[in-house]
Amino acid sequence: MIRHNPAEMFMEQIEAAAHGIGGAVYMVKTVLGLLFDKPDDTRNIFKQMVRVGVDSMPIVLLSSLFTGMVLALQSGVASIKVFDEAIFIGTLVSFSMVLELGPVLTAMVLAGRVGASITAEIGTMKVTEQIDALYTLGTTPEKYLAVPLFIATIIMLPVVTLIADVTGIAGGYVVAIKAFDIPGSVYRNDILTHLQIVHFVHGLVKSVFFAFIIVTVSCYKGFTTAGGAEGVGRSTTRAVVISMILILTLDYFLSTLLNVLGII
Amino acid sequence: MIEIRGLYKNFGSQQVLKGINLDINDGEIFTLLGGSGGGKSVFLKNVIGLLTPDGGSIKIDGEEIVGLKQKNLTKIQTKFGMLFQGGALFDSLTVGENVAFGLRRLTDFSDNKIRGLVIDYLEMVNLKGVEDKLPESLSIGMKRRVALARAIATSPKYIFYDEPTTGLDPITTDVISDLFLELQQKLKPTSVMVTHDLQTAYKVSDRIALLYDGVIVEVSTTEAFKKSTNPHVVKFIEGSSKGLLSEKNKD
Repeated sequence: MIRHNPAEMFMEQIEAAAHGIGGAVYMVKTVLGLLFDKPDDTRNIFKQMVRVGVDSMPIVLLSSLFTGMVLALQSGVASIKVFDEAIFIGTLVSFSMVLELGPVLTAMVLAGRVGASITAEIGTMKVTEQIDALYTLGTTPEKYLAVPLFIATIIMLPVVTLIADVTGIAGGYVVAIKAFDIPGSVYRNDILTHLQIVHFVHGLVKSVFFAFIIVTVSCYKGFTTAGGAEGVGRSTTRAVVISMILILTLDYFLSTLLNVLGII
Repeated sequence: MIEIRGLYKNFGSQQVLKGINLDINDGEIFTLLGGSGGGKSVFLKNVIGLLTPDGGSIKIDGEEIVGLKQKNLTKIQTKFGMLFQGGALFDSLTVGENVAFGLRRLTDFSDNKIRGLVIDYLEMVNLKGVEDKLPESLSIGMKRRVALARAIATSPKYIFYDEPTTGLDPITTDVISDLFLELQQKLKPTSVMVTHDLQTAYKVSDRIALLYDGVIVEVSTTEAFKKSTNPHVVKFIEGSSKGLLSEKNKD
């Protein structure tokens, strides 16, 4: 039915959003209830861990390496303009990577790469009745598909984030030495003097929440796909966009909360 | 036995099933005929618990499934094997893994026994040496047969067939019909088929029903169905759109 009344259209959007949130919460509740049951297929959990973590490494390494490098370059140039010398590059790069850029950038990359593929795969299974077939074969879609993905994403995103942090700091190290002639020991000292374990905890707590967002949105959008190939495309795009918006929004509130809790 | 009373299903404002009453007896081959988009698949999915009815009662072996929680429903759903319209084979798994899928979850059989059973069931549907192939490399007819092997592998009490012959050439359709009868003799399940293919329906069914405009307008034995004077049945058998379409337009 075509609606022309903006108020009516707005209410429909609100209703659809509320329906979506309710559905996603119900799915998460079901998945959490199944999390400690005997796994449907243990090999599948490891397969998904490889898909989420190992297969994402090249793009994560590349993006974090260049992020660290450009951070070092810009902070070095700015520092020279203000202080006449490049100082605290190591501190700035390491703090930026560990607290913010490592978790957020990695989550954004995985939302695009892994989240999209999860929605596309589950969505295709939905429109080709493979999801329905699971019910008659002794399992449920939540148990067979969502549980392994939840476990894999929530374990692997923090691991990948940690590797991204280190890679970004290493990229900054190369630029600091080559572009600004800063001795390696100075860069290392800048990091070791100020950076503490708690800063890594700050970033990793965020990445766990981001993983939860990516896998929840992607699975839910996959399970609710309708409308054939076009529907799969639509769901995939929405899953990525919603995940990215939620990651960026939650990042601010999590940073505030972690600061209040003293985890910084 | 499956007992259905006053089954209603809507999608938004569209009423698809409008109060279906039907009994399906143990061991029979029951066919539900109806036009394309008439709600036949929706009927099957309601009975198997894949869709939730908007009203009515469905009893499987005396147990009410409407309103049942998914955990309890899953137990009942394992009584069913279903051949989906497009096969619904898991395309990331090999043919062998597809057929073994239910066996791994619903039995305590060893890997060796499951491997042997997979080969047996594939042979039963006249397929050999395809265990390691991916579904994408099979023809439509072969996919249907693999899906059939997967559906019967767990020895379900009820087997549902959703348009098993749609899109197949006449010879493959006949092969599938023969296979259907062969399996019925060997395994003796209760089979429910929805189709608009009259020839297959006549060849395999014990009883036939016609779904028209969301209600069952005729249920009878195959022979009685052929001779029925019910105007809806006559029009369906003749393949005539006259009368039926004008009635629909009136609605």
